[in-house]
Amino acid sequence: MADQNHKGGSGHDNVEQPSRRKFLVQAGYAVGGVIVGGALGSLIRPSKKTENAPQTGEGTAADIKSYNRAPMFFTQEQLGIVSAATERIFPADDAGPGALALGVPFFIDHQLAGEWGFNSREYMSPPFYAGEKVQGYQGRLKRREMFEIGLRELENYSQTKFTKGFSELAAEQQDEVLKAFESDEVKLTTISASGFFKMLRSSTLEGAYSDPLYGGNADMNGWKMRSYPGNQMSYTDVIDKDFAVIAPSSLQDHLSAH
Amino acid sequence: MAKTLPKTDVVIVGVGWAGGIIAAELTKSGLNVVGLERGKERKTEDYFMVHDELRYGLRYELMQDLSKDTVTFRSTEKIRALPMRSYGSFLLGEGLGGAGVHWNGQTYRFLPYDFEIRSKTIERYGKNKIPDGMTIQDWGLTYDEMEPYYDKFEKLAGISGEPNPLGGKRSADYPTPPMKKSPALSMFSDAASKLKLHPYMMPSANLSEPYTNPDGISRAACQYCAFCERFGCEYGAKADPVVTVLPVALKTGKFEIRTHSQVRRILHQGGKATGVMYTDVTTGEELVQPADIVVVTSYVFNNVKLMLMSGLGKPYDPASGTGVIGRNYAYQVLKGNAAGFFDDKQFNTYAGAGSLGVSLDDYNGDNFDHTDLKFIHGGSISLSQTGMRPIANNPVPGGTASWGAEFKANSVKYANRFLSVGGQGSCMPFRHHFLDLDPTYKDAYGDPLVRLTFDFEEQDRQLALYLSGKCAEIMKEMGASHIDQLKELGPYEITTYQSTHNTGGVVMGASPDTSAVNTYLQMWDAENVFVVGASAFPHNSGYNPTDTVGALAFRASEGILKYRQKGGSLV
Ligand SMILES: Cc1cc2nc3c(=O)[nH]c(=O)nc-3n(C[C@H](O)[C@H](O)[C@H](O)COP(=O)(O)OP(=O)(O)OC[C@H]3O[C@@H](n4cnc5c(N)ncnc54)[C@H](O)[C@@H]3O)c2cc1C
Ligand code: SF4
Repeated sequence: MADQNHKGGSGHDNVEQPSRRKFLVQAGYAVGGVIVGGALGSLIRPSKKTENAPQTGEGTAADIKSYNRAPMFFTQEQLGIVSAATERIFPADDAGPGALALGVPFFIDHQLAGEWGFNSREYMSPPFYAGEKVQGYQGRLKRREMFEIGLRELENYSQTKFTKGFSELAAEQQDEVLKAFESDEVKLTTISASGFFKMLRSSTLEGAYSDPLYGGNADMNGWKMRSYPGNQMSYTDVIDKDFAVIAPSSLQDHLSAH
Repeated sequence: MAKTLPKTDVVIVGVGWAGGIIAAELTKSGLNVVGLERGKERKTEDYFMVHDELRYGLRYELMQDLSKDTVTFRSTEKIRALPMRSYGSFLLGEGLGGAGVHWNGQTYRFLPYDFEIRSKTIERYGKNKIPDGMTIQDWGLTYDEMEPYYDKFEKLAGISGEPNPLGGKRSADYPTPPMKKSPALSMFSDAASKLKLHPYMMPSANLSEPYTNPDGISRAACQYCAFCERFGCEYGAKADPVVTVLPVALKTGKFEIRTHSQVRRILHQGGKATGVMYTDVTTGEELVQPADIVVVTSYVFNNVKLMLMSGLGKPYDPASGTGVIGRNYAYQVLKGNAAGFFDDKQFNTYAGAGSLGVSLDDYNGDNFDHTDLKFIHGGSISLSQTGMRPIANNPVPGGTASWGAEFKANSVKYANRFLSVGGQGSCMPFRHHFLDLDPTYKDAYGDPLVRLTFDFEEQDRQLALYLSGKCAEIMKEMGASHIDQLKELGPYEITTYQSTHNTGGVVMGASPDTSAVNTYLQMWDAENVFVVGASAFPHNSGYNPTDTVGALAFRASEGILKYRQKGGSLV
């Protein structure tokens, strides 16, 4: 594939990433002598030292052990099933890493440990009635509970069908199990099998492509794989040009860039 | 007992675009205004870490907390309405600036046809063209009367654009030139021109160049950062209330904003409002803010809820078709589109801006002959480049598996080889589409949720198919290797994002029988209450709503000042 090795078409490979301050001053952000307010203004004014910005320049990424790769919510067994399942949904291939190498299982674990896992910004008040499809999810279970049940059922189904745990199945058998869930061929009483599968699929993509700060998209390899530049300050110079590959930057780069 | 605060001239409920514009206009004219906003304070400094698709795009950081308040939904009166428990179809604003903070900035004027839709339809096609149950009506004022207000909003926001060759007459050009054209936009323009259509650059509230507006507010140019819709603009380049109207109002010293204030009732006596009752959500305390004039700018759903909870205006009854509060709810028909996959070409679609696009109106309004078509009105067709963020955008050609090896290979391959031409279809009101109060579900303060009864109609199904056919013709001319287009609209469902273009419920018009407010957005039933926003639209056009919301807010401001001097009904 043409876009594999991230060589740019028109020389935007090494587009310099100026510091935010420098960028804003150069871009003439003081409009007609008036300093534009907000985020810009505070950047143009004499810089306040960003106390919390991580030190960069010393050790390389590889030197730094990633301490956040440990589960906050899943048991080890659950983590194993999630790892196997998400890798089937988003497998490693010639184009690049799959869910496992990107850290997707830890991403999902960390998400379930927080607000998202508790559905805390969603309407969870009773009464609960089964609704029409067009009305959306109407269950009383939170996402973390749905995951617990869904993973247990994946395991049960694998044991019943193949007398082995999900993680020990051959890849094709794992696909078969996942398909049975996706199509609601497996009938569950407490949750919808397809609903659980959908959630697993969408959180796999989230883990592959969200900012690495959340524990997935390791080293921005998800972004690199599809030539996505991540978090850039500006595309003014490239917007009217043809496609070019730009080396990605993350929110951490953003934080330390000024 | 609620504590009563000192009286003010005007109290505004909800501080988004509509509330912000009115606050600026009234305080500049010397009135004392209190703005009550249920959400929190906001400033551009909050957006340092805003280029975060997960937090803002998918976890809805800037939107209303649904655990406190949402709507219930049913397709028809025959089924039980159930809460929209998580976000899908539309995203509600909350906090200073409202949805004006996380909008795209696509800023279209409605067509002259829109304002006189009923008369013009009958005039050209006869009465039978309007199907049973379709409750379209003229707006009570014409495009020519609206034009000066559109012009005001566009100058306030600094809209970047070029005249629409098929649009209404303009008294002035857009204040700033169009945005830069990306290669994808050029391909669309060229293809459309070859097909003898009339493409033009989408009018944009993302500034194409630095701009100082008539209030002396200076803002910087858009950086095409691709984090616009659902995000705040860290540069202040996207026009929003926080960087435009609110500083103007605050500078007068006559505007007080109280955040974390959930307004729950409009208090009234003898056909006139006396103020509002609200809850300070940080303490739970109930407070009364007396005022001479009450302005309700809390978006469609809450505007309707406040009227119904306060017993202002006659509630709509779908059985008899009488009453006005809750009537003529409409939405947007956005699924008529064509997706193009290009095997031999890549596009820089990782870059973009909320309103970077090219549009055409050849199939919008009554710009084409509907004699043999089973719908009225139409929709704008555009190619927009808002920035394809990687979680939400994994397009694959139809027939590709939705997960596994094949999905991954195709989604990576087409990540930068995909363009979409979309139709933004208008939506007509029907007698059985409406808003009222839910009998079962309550918000965090014990008040009922708003209940939405809505589905797509035959008109919408025909329109969506028609538009997707036209989109596919253009995409073909653009040379896509593979095109997927809509086969069937299907029922309205609340689970996938379509647009936050909800309209109606407190509609405007020339008669109190079919409208709740007059053309100054003044309530027929309470002369010192003004209800402003897309809730006033009697139907929804084939465009995004905010230029029209902004224009109506200017019109309402003028009305409020007139009322302040003369009193009584303004029409
Ligand atoms: C993701 C997204 C993209 C959009 N893109 C576009 C676009 O490109 N072009 C376009 O024209 N439009 C767009 N829109 C729509 C646009 O944002 C709205 O039309 C516009 O913001 C409406 O302004 P408003 O002032 O009427 O309401 P809002 O902006 O919703 O403001 C209402 C305010 O009232 C407050 N409020 C509600 N209830 C209460 C209460 N009880 N007490 C106190 N305060 C209350 C809310 O918190 C909110 O701040 C978009 C919307 C979204 C969500
Ligand atoms: S695309 Fe432009 S207007 Fe939108 S947020 Fe980025 S810089 Fe602001």
